[in-house]
This record gives sequence, C-alpha cells and structure tokens, in this order.
Amino acid sequence: MTDIGHAVRQICAVYHNDASRLMDIIEAVQSRYGCVSSEAMNLIAQALGIPRVEVHSTVSFYSFLSNRPKGRVIIRLCSDPIDEMFGMLPVANTFEETLGVHVGETTADGAITLEWTPCIGMSDQAPAALINDVVVTYLSTDKAREIVAELRRSGDPRKLVHRLGDGHNAHPLVRAMVHNNIRRKGPVVLADLPPGAALRKALAMSPIEVIRDIKTSRLRGRGGAGFPTGMKWEFTRQAEGARKFVICNADEGEPGTFKDRVILTEYADLMFEGMTIAGYAIGAKEGILYLRGEYAYLRPLLEHILQVRRDAGLLGRDICGKRGFEFDIRIQLGAGAYVCGEETSLLSSCEGRRGDPKNRPPFPAQKGYLGCPTSVNNVETFCCVARILDRGPGWFAEIGSKGSPGTKLFSVSGDCAAPGVYEYPFGITLAELLRDVGAEDVQAVQVGGPSGQLVGPDSFGRRLEYDDLATGGSIMIFNSSRDLVHIVRKFLEFFADESCGYCTPCRVGNVLLLRKIEEILHDRGSPDDLHYLEELSATVKFASRCGLGQTSPNTVLSLLRNFPEVLKRRLKPPAGEFLATFDIRAALADTERLVGRSSVMYAP
Amino acid sequence: MSETIGFTIDGRPVRARPGQTILEAADAAGIYIPRLCAHRELHPFGACRVCTVKVNGRPQAACTMPAAEGMVVESNTPELTEHRRRLIEMLFVEGNHYCMFCEKSGNCELQALAYRFGITAPRYPYLFPNRDVDASHPDVLLDRNRCVLCARCVRASQQLDGKNVFQFVGRGANKTLWVNAERELADTNLDVRDRAVDVCPVGCILRKRQGYTIPIGRRRYDHEPIGSDIERAGAARGA
Amino acid sequence: MSSKPRIATCSLAGCFGCHMSILDIDERILQLIELVDFDKSPIDDLKHFTGRCAIGLVEGGCCNEENVHVLQEFRRHCDILVSVGECAICGGIPAMRNNIPLKECMDEAYRNGPTVYNPSGVLPNDTALPLVLDRVYPCHEVVKIDYHIQGCPPPADAIWQTLVALLNNRPVELPYEVLKYD
Repeated sequence: MTDIGHAVRQICAVYHNDASRLMDIIEAVQSRYGCVSSEAMNLIAQALGIPRVEVHSTVSFYSFLSNRPKGRVIIRLCSDPIDEMFGMLPVANTFEETLGVHVGETTADGAITLEWTPCIGMSDQAPAALINDVVVTYLSTDKAREIVAELRRSGDPRKLVHRLGDGHNAHPLVRAMVHNNIRRKGPVVLADLPPGAALRKALAMSPIEVIRDIKTSRLRGRGGAGFPTGMKWEFTRQAEGARKFVICNADEGEPGTFKDRVILTEYADLMFEGMTIAGYAIGAKEGILYLRGEYAYLRPLLEHILQVRRDAGLLGRDICGKRGFEFDIRIQLGAGAYVCGEETSLLSSCEGRRGDPKNRPPFPAQKGYLGCPTSVNNVETFCCVARILDRGPGWFAEIGSKGSPGTKLFSVSGDCAAPGVYEYPFGITLAELLRDVGAEDVQAVQVGGPSGQLVGPDSFGRRLEYDDLATGGSIMIFNSSRDLVHIVRKFLEFFADESCGYCTPCRVGNVLLLRKIEEILHDRGSPDDLHYLEELSATVKFASRCGLGQTSPNTVLSLLRNFPEVLKRRLKPPAGEFLATFDIRAALADTERLVGRSSVMYAP
Repeated sequence: MSETIGFTIDGRPVRARPGQTILEAADAAGIYIPRLCAHRELHPFGACRVCTVKVNGRPQAACTMPAAEGMVVESNTPELTEHRRRLIEMLFVEGNHYCMFCEKSGNCELQALAYRFGITAPRYPYLFPNRDVDASHPDVLLDRNRCVLCARCVRASQQLDGKNVFQFVGRGANKTLWVNAERELADTNLDVRDRAVDVCPVGCILRKRQGYTIPIGRRRYDHEPIGSDIERAGAARGA
Repeated sequence: MSSKPRIATCSLAGCFGCHMSILDIDERILQLIELVDFDKSPIDDLKHFTGRCAIGLVEGGCCNEENVHVLQEFRRHCDILVSVGECAICGGIPAMRNNIPLKECMDEAYRNGPTVYNPSGVLPNDTALPLVLDRVYPCHEVVKIDYHIQGCPPPADAIWQTLVALLNNRPVELPYEVLKYD
C-alpha cells in the first residue's frame, strides 16, 4: 500500500492547498482510493488547514462521494419514472439476482456496488444506468446479465461499450453508446457556427455594446426561471470587484431533461464561445463550466475542445488578437446533487463546500463565487448568446413569440414514438409538439420536470413559452395506462432525497408530502387528505429558502388541480372508528411473527 | 434622520439603520417577529423559516432580508401565523421531542414558540427518527434527538468561540449535526464555557449536572410568552 | 338514569398520572359530579360502557392491541374524545421504544435482560395477553381525537377548564400559563 499521507498531500498540492478546490481534491482522492476514508479526511484537513468536519460535511453531501469503501465498480440505476416505465424494475431485479445483493449493497468480494440514482439525463434511451463513468442505455434483463458477466470477467466498464453512438459519442475521447437523438434542429442552438465567428464580432464592439445587443435580443435564461440575460450581465458588469466570474450551469438535473447533454456533446464550441463573450461583456477573466457528475464521460472531450480553443487563440491572453482581453475556462465536476443546479448552491459547490444555497440578497451578480461578482447562465443560454452575436439581436428577437424570443430545446421522453431533442421557436402549442413526437393516447404531460406542472388534454392548446407553460426543457409524456399518483410519488421521493436539508419546510415538508402520497397509494387515503396536501404544499412553497422547495410541491398541486378525479378515486372515508391511515393488521404483524400466534382481538 | 431607512411592519412605521435586517429593525421597534434560528450575537442563517414575513407581498426570511426604504412588511397576519404554526409542528414531528423529561423544558425556545401559538398537538405524523446521543464529553451532553438544525452552535463556535466544533453532515432528512472529530464530542476542543453550548435553543446541547436547577414556575417561559421582552420594551417606548 | 351528561375515562399506555391530575382538581370534584355522571372509568371502576357519553378522556398512547380496542370503544361511545397528557398525544415515555426494532425490545424484555430468567426463551404468547404493536401510537394516529390537553401530567386546571368549556359548549381556550408540555 502506498503511503496515503504522501498521496493526499500530493493531490492537495496540485490544487495549491486551496480549500476552495475541495471538491476536486475529494474527487481525486476518491478516484484513487475508492472512498474518502476517515484517515483521508484528516489528511486533507491538515493539508488545507481547515477543520476536518468541513471535509466530512462536503463528502457527506454528494451522493457520488463516500466515506466508506464501495465496490470497485458502481452500478447506478436510473430511478426516474420514465426508466421505470420502460422496464427498469425487472432490470434491477436481474441485477440483484445475478449479483446476489440488494440495491444499496456491495458484493461480498467488494467488486460491485448496486445503487439507485436519480435521472442521469438519458430518458430518451431508457432504461439506462451509469457504471462508474460509463453510460449504458436501453437496458434489458438480458443486457443486465451480460453486463454482470463482463464486469465479473474484466472488471472494466469500458468493455461494456460495443456499438458507439452517433456524432461525438463515437469520438475517441468519449466512446459512449449514447445517442444524440436530435429530432429537430432549429436555427439558434442546433446549428453550426465556425469557432470564433461570433466572438470576433463581439470583440469588434465594446463590452457595453455587447450587453446592449443581448438586451435588444430580449434573451431570457434557458434554465427555467427566465431572467433577462442582458440585465444579469449588466448587474455583474456594474458590480464592484476586480475579479469577476462567468459560470456555465451544466448541472442538468431536472428529471426528464437531457438537452444539455446533446449540446455538450455536439455544440460545446458554441457554448464556450458564449461564455467567452460573457467574459468580455462583464469583464471577467475566469470562467467555470459546472458539469454534473453524471456527465463526467464528456469531460475528456470538453477539456480537449477547450485546449483546441486555447491553441486557436480563442481562450487565454489577447484572445483573437484583442489586446488585454484574457479569459479561460475550467471545468468543475459535480458529484450527484440536484440542488446544485440552483445557482447559489452551484456556487457553494464550486467553492468546495456542501451544496447549500446561499441567502439572497446579495445576489451572485453582486457577490457570487468566492464573494466576487458572478454571472451564472445555462448551457443553452450561452449558445443563444453566441448566435445572437453572429446573426444580430434583431434576427433573434424575430424568432419565437412576443415575450419569449428565440428557440427552445425540448427534451422529450416517455410515451411517444420519437423521444429526443427538439428545437422549436418559443410559442408552439403542446398539441403541436405532441403530434410531432408521435404521442398518442396521452393522459398527462409533465412540463418542466417534476418542479414544473403536470397537465392534461385540456391544456394541450397552451403555448410553450415563459408566459404560459414555462419549461427548462423537460417534457415527459404519460399515456392512459400510467398511474399518475405513482408518478407523483416518484417525484416526491426525488425531492425528499435531493433536498439539501437547510430549511425546515423543504427538509420536513417534502418527507411529509411523500408519506401522505404513499398512504394514498396504499389505499389509506381519506377525503381529508386533499386539504392536508393543499395546506402542506402551500407552506413548503411559501416558506422554502430556494427554488427546490419553492417548486417541489408543484407536482402534488398540479395533480390536485388538473387531475382531481385521479386522486379522489383513491380516497374514501374510513368505515369504522379507525383512521384510514391506521392499519391494525400491519401494526400487529411483527409481533404475531415473533410470538408465533395470531391476534384474537383483531384476527386476520 | 436621513441616515435611516423608513418602512412599515403591519402598517406601523419602523426606522432602520442601513444594513439592518427586518428582524433587527423590528426588535428595535418593539415588534416581535417569531424566530428560532436567529440569534442576536450570530450572523443570520435563514434555516428555520419561522420568521418568514411578506415583503411587498413576497415571502422573505426577516432575519436575512435587509430593510429597505419604503418596503411594506406583513408579519402578524392570520396567513403568516398559520405558516409559522405549521413550521413549528414540522420541527416537533421531525425530531424526538419528549418535553416531559427534557432538562430544557420551560427554557426551550421551540417549546415556547409552540406555547405562544397555542399548539396542542401537531397535525403531522411523528417521524420518530433514530438519532444518536453523544455523552462522551465530561461536561456537555449532545442529544441529537432534539436537534432542530438551526446551526446556532455551528455559528457560535466559529463566530464567538473562534473554534469549529460543529458542522452538519449529510443532506435532506439525513442532515445531522456533527462534531470536528473522528468519533465524538470528547475528542473536540469544546469547553464547557463555550458560547456554542449556551446558544442551543432546545435541549440538544446541555451542560451536564445543571438539569432542573431552576424550579418549575421560575423558568423563562413559565409565565409569559417568548417575545414578551421585545414587545414590552416596544410598549414602554410607545407609551 | 339521570339526564346529566356522562363522562368516561381510561388509561391506555400511561402511568395513571393524568388520572391523579383529574383527582387533583380537589374540591371541584364535588362540582364536577354535580355537572356529570361518570360512566366507564377507573374512578368508579365501571368496566363497560353503560350508555352514550358526552366526553371521553383518554390517558396514554397505544402500545398494544388492547389499548387500541379500548380506544376504539371510546371513539364509538363518546361524542367528544379528548387526549389527555403527553403519552396520549405523542406516545410519551413508552414511545421511546419507537426507534428500537421490535425484536430487540422483546429480547431485552423477555430473553436477555439482566433480571430475566427464561431458559426456554419463549416469548409470552398466552391468548390472555394482548399483543404489543410494532410501535407506540399517539391516540390521534389511531382514531379521530377532538381535543388535546397537554402536560405530563396536564395541570388539574387545564383538565377542569377544558371540561367546563366543553360541557358549556364554549371554545376551549386555555390561558398561557396552563398550556404546558411538561
């Protein structure tokens, strides 16, 4: 065994013993030793001069980090409802049987760990799983057996990839079986642009003129909240601070969304170009791409593209010959935490800490990363930026609808003929989208992921735009055979798992919502539950500290509002004295087994 | 007067110094906004959300929101009171709060808030979590059954004691108060005189051998509701 | 049979402390029996309900099937059901077992405890013994409870004032000093 002390000190030294790089240090230690052991935590704390419990706190926050040894190979099965609809449960059972462990356990030889993980951004090729960094798609029970056999044979997940996907998925630095599933290209994002073309046009203008162009284009953030990008940049530019940052939010964690995956795979240049333009506009020299841990398989390609851009003079000093304009980008890898898609949590994570959101005010534009003015924008937003600079703000503003200029990428999954990525001008109706993707017998559509809204046929005439059905891009389609209450349960389970736990309403409220929906699913619902769910949801939405808790009850509320009958069918007033939620038989079952007799009072 | 900010809370005009939060300005004006994680000596944290008020119609935590000129703050309304009750009930069912044998009873701020709101039973099911008690320290008991994750001890240790004895680990419902040691509290540099020990609003961090020294009837919240001191000072000034 | 409203009381998984507190209303008990008749209650030792009751006072939570059965009877026979004391409201001291697996509790009580002599290792299973539940349930998680009187035990004043208010159809509003959880 090599000296762990030496190795950890070396890793810390690579990051100049900078505590704000704790995420990178922890990830490096874990990839070397399989976990961040108690000893490793002590060593990291010593090297960085921070309390040990701070290291522990960060390690414990992220689901891909662990302080206990896990298998050399970790199989992470995607737990979202789409994967379940396409057969994940039998696949999971097959993994359990062939490995001889339950989900959550490691094989006795320490070789393989089996886990659930929330949406990995592959809902268009479900069921899917992550095996270490390797994505496996379109799983079946047969494939599960083959995977276990191969892992037992070679222990190398890379050997699971036989047929490569299209486009850059087949790039030697990626070598993934993932398919882009680009179904409809539009003029803004999914279109070619020679690297540097937009940047040169931007650099011919003053930074203030660039911001003016973005404002003229009326571009709004593509992550979902829809804040005007030009205004965000202006605030960041005007904020005092010698050091400023541009951060690209590629923590695409909303279940059912995967459009950023496709951009990162095929149009990363466009995104990096947009980031560089942002750096010029706001006066930042440093950019960070926060890449979700699930997309770690794209990191070598992205690092390569960054290097090509450096070599071409599109990053680094005197970019495109513009004297004094300096900008570079580093990649910060996440580690499995949905909340880090919230921009202030993302900042905490970039700073090497638990992904707790920050108090606002101050906003990131004033005090963001390391206390410096920071503009955080979505992957797709940066692509739009580059295109706007290339084609002009007027051209962009003409596309789409009045309050929502431009196009939008939709990640379409679930019950339809052609799941995948679609670029449409804003303002198309949901019905048009459903027709194009080949969705029939549609019972409900989850627009904007679990934090969005579940809508039924009476809403299919509504428009996909900021002022009507707003969405960061996730469109999940459920046909009439799907159990909506079960889907809501899955979403609540997701939120309860992903809550950072900082504030009371989100930490406790989501657990209570989940519990109530589970009772209803187990036929223990009563009519009073409608009121209970309404008022509990109201407080979670009202009092939560960040977007996670402010939106997590939407799934319950849209079920209540848009599908009241679906829920009411399951609620009945209790027949006798007992509350619907009290199950005397269940309460006695354990004792009956232990003492070896049945109840006389409450005979089975 | 030009140096101060003017705004209203429930229609009452209030003045604040620049940089003051709504909560601080309210305290100074003798208006009690219920709170749990906020503490005068510590930087605001915004975790419990009990002090949530409406600022120009939108929810904000009064403890973290800076006062601004002309803002219209609502605090003592039936709607906000109802949200606060629910938050307090959530905290009760989340932990294992057995008041009948808790040394903090009568001096506990969570209990006192429940008294103030007249809560007789939570509407939510008790979650009965399985949590650890750390009795390793010779002078201080850490009973996580009663922790409300307010971070007062975390902050006090850093900001007042110049130490880092406490921090949180885990997330969501598994978020847990932890100590800066491999195993337990005895392995940290916590001293019984640390402010981190004093600031706990509930019976999670207790000095050993101090239980029940104040008889029933003379405890802090036996006779008047939490916040009465602030309201009394306000009334005296108003009169 | 008198026309006075009837009251029933019971102690489930409790310590009878709440009943002591009922008696602690001192001389007001004379006033009380002017106002009401006692039905099923340990106070008069009536084992079964004799008629419909206006108010049922329940002490203790539900730790076994008999507790559940009695509580069910109370709900059936009483117009207003009141949880009295911490055990009825939150399970109280007995609920401390709720985060220990049932088997561990049973083993400690009947097999491995330091004072246990049980060479056969058999858990008590006579049909005369009520089976324990998987955990201790607060009463309002088993049946609908209309009012809760907090305290361990609740002060006699809290019980008295609640009863007087309920009997006179007035809202139950306890003064600050009377609402206490300990």
